[in-house]
Amino acid sequence: MNRHTKEKFIKYILFLIALVSVIVLGLIVFSLFREGLPIFKKIGLADFLLGLEWYPTSEPPLFGILPLIVGSLIVTLISTIIAVPLGVLSAIYIAEIAPAVLKEIFKSIIELLAGLPSVVLGFFGMIVVAPWLQETFDLPTGLNIINASAILAIMAIPTISSISEDALYAVPREFKEASYALGATKFETIIRVILPSALSGVSTAVILGMSRAIGETMVVLMVAGGAAAIPESLFDSVRPMTASIAAEMGEAPYRSAHYSALFATGIVLFFLALVFNMIADYVSNKYKQVGSATL
Amino acid sequence: MAEIQERSMKWRYIRQSLFFGVLRLSMLLIALALGGILFYIIINGIGAVSWEFITQPPTDSMTKGGIMPAILGTLYLTCGAIAVGLPLGIISAIYLTEYARQGRLVRIIRIGVNCLAGVPSVVFGLFGLGFFVVFLGFGSSILAGSLTLGFLILPTIIGAAEEALKAVPQTFREASLALGVSKWQTTLRIVLPTAVPGIMTGSILGIGRAAGETAPIMFTAAAFFTAKLPGSIFDEVMALPYHIYVLATAGTNIEQTRPLQYGTVLVLVALVLGIDLLAIVIRSRMRKQKRW
Repeated sequence: MNRHTKEKFIKYILFLIALVSVIVLGLIVFSLFREGLPIFKKIGLADFLLGLEWYPTSEPPLFGILPLIVGSLIVTLISTIIAVPLGVLSAIYIAEIAPAVLKEIFKSIIELLAGLPSVVLGFFGMIVVAPWLQETFDLPTGLNIINASAILAIMAIPTISSISEDALYAVPREFKEASYALGATKFETIIRVILPSALSGVSTAVILGMSRAIGETMVVLMVAGGAAAIPESLFDSVRPMTASIAAEMGEAPYRSAHYSALFATGIVLFFLALVFNMIADYVSNKYKQVGSATL
Repeated sequence: MAEIQERSMKWRYIRQSLFFGVLRLSMLLIALALGGILFYIIINGIGAVSWEFITQPPTDSMTKGGIMPAILGTLYLTCGAIAVGLPLGIISAIYLTEYARQGRLVRIIRIGVNCLAGVPSVVFGLFGLGFFVVFLGFGSSILAGSLTLGFLILPTIIGAAEEALKAVPQTFREASLALGVSKWQTTLRIVLPTAVPGIMTGSILGIGRAAGETAPIMFTAAAFFTAKLPGSIFDEVMALPYHIYVLATAGTNIEQTRPLQYGTVLVLVALVLGIDLLAIVIRSRMRKQKRW
């Protein structure tokens, strides 16, 4: 084999191996549909998605996942409301005003926070936050939307902070210098110049943070309380999709309707997360600040 | 006129100080959250952790004894995940940075990697159950769990490796190619060794994640309790994260096993954050020693 053919051969082998991500993605879809689709022989898609009652073990079983979808969305939304200001502001602090020594320390703190296993945070929410909430607000249970959202926010903050920070660094230096030259203060420069130029990166960060929160399992499983009903207040318990899957899969008989319904819930979750990522991808490509000439 | 200007100038700086105060406060809050959680875990867990706790199996239906099988199980699963994720991730990154030309195929691979990074961990668990456990018939086992975790960390490793490969100066490649060395030899002998430290630190963060994940192994590998240590890769194992979940929510006597729970949490946190801290320290060393 001469050198040229050998190089070509190597290139093809590498290409085939690089395809593994795409193949795994395909296999995920294949497995979810293979195990999940049988439920739609028993129940229509609309009844499944919009049904208000999730009683998978009653007789006859009811498989309406709307309360689970609402549960997932509400904890994601509230955790985003908590995490976005903290994440973005800490990113601005690290990128723009922190002294060099503190910068490294705070970046490590953000990274360590990202490294905390979700089951540990869930445990903390159960043992510390829940009893405190219950006593302070005199609630029947501390395992509720607020608790789960607060803990989820802790998980989303590192994602939002680190990606926003990268976006802030990417703002061309000339922008800052031009703003200072016009007599703007540092604060005015950050708010009027740097943040708007980094907006696409920051939005991407927020969307990826939300995608992390909606897919998070252990925290909501341990802390959200597990009531499969549409919540009426922020102190109500909910059962997000991920929690339902994790809690019930162990007990659902193999290839039963319940088992299928859980896989079908996984399909919904998969596509929801996919949509979040597509939007993030679109935003970061479409509104990317390329060099200083495009403004 | 001058007075007005001065007042507005003053106001502009007051606003700035206020804003900087808010920035510092948010950073402080985040640091306190991490510090508070770690402090609480260490204070409560340190009393439970002893040599026996780490080296003995659980006894009395998991209300006493140690967590050795869970530690071992987590190590097996993590090593398995590395064996799956690391080679595939590095080779994918080599293809993407060194070989691929921009085109539709590369775009598809990139989208695939991005999407994979966004798949929720519990969906990975369902995939592992549906594909490895059921379709391929591995059963709930170390093998199925390792494969699931390996694919879970694949995007992290690809990202880390790509960044490290891109950081290798173009001149290195050009010098090697100019000497008549083939592209593959250049990649293997020049580019890859230069990028290895970067690849490692980035990957370690992914490995820490694999060690701490619960949802992907719940249906694919983790056992509530095993009397014996696993004999082959087709056996179920106990694992630290799952052990915490079980003790804290489904144990027969949750209050009584509280010390065991704190101890297990401390061991897991020490393991995972120890791995992460290692990566952070190596990386900051590397930055200082960079020669080009």
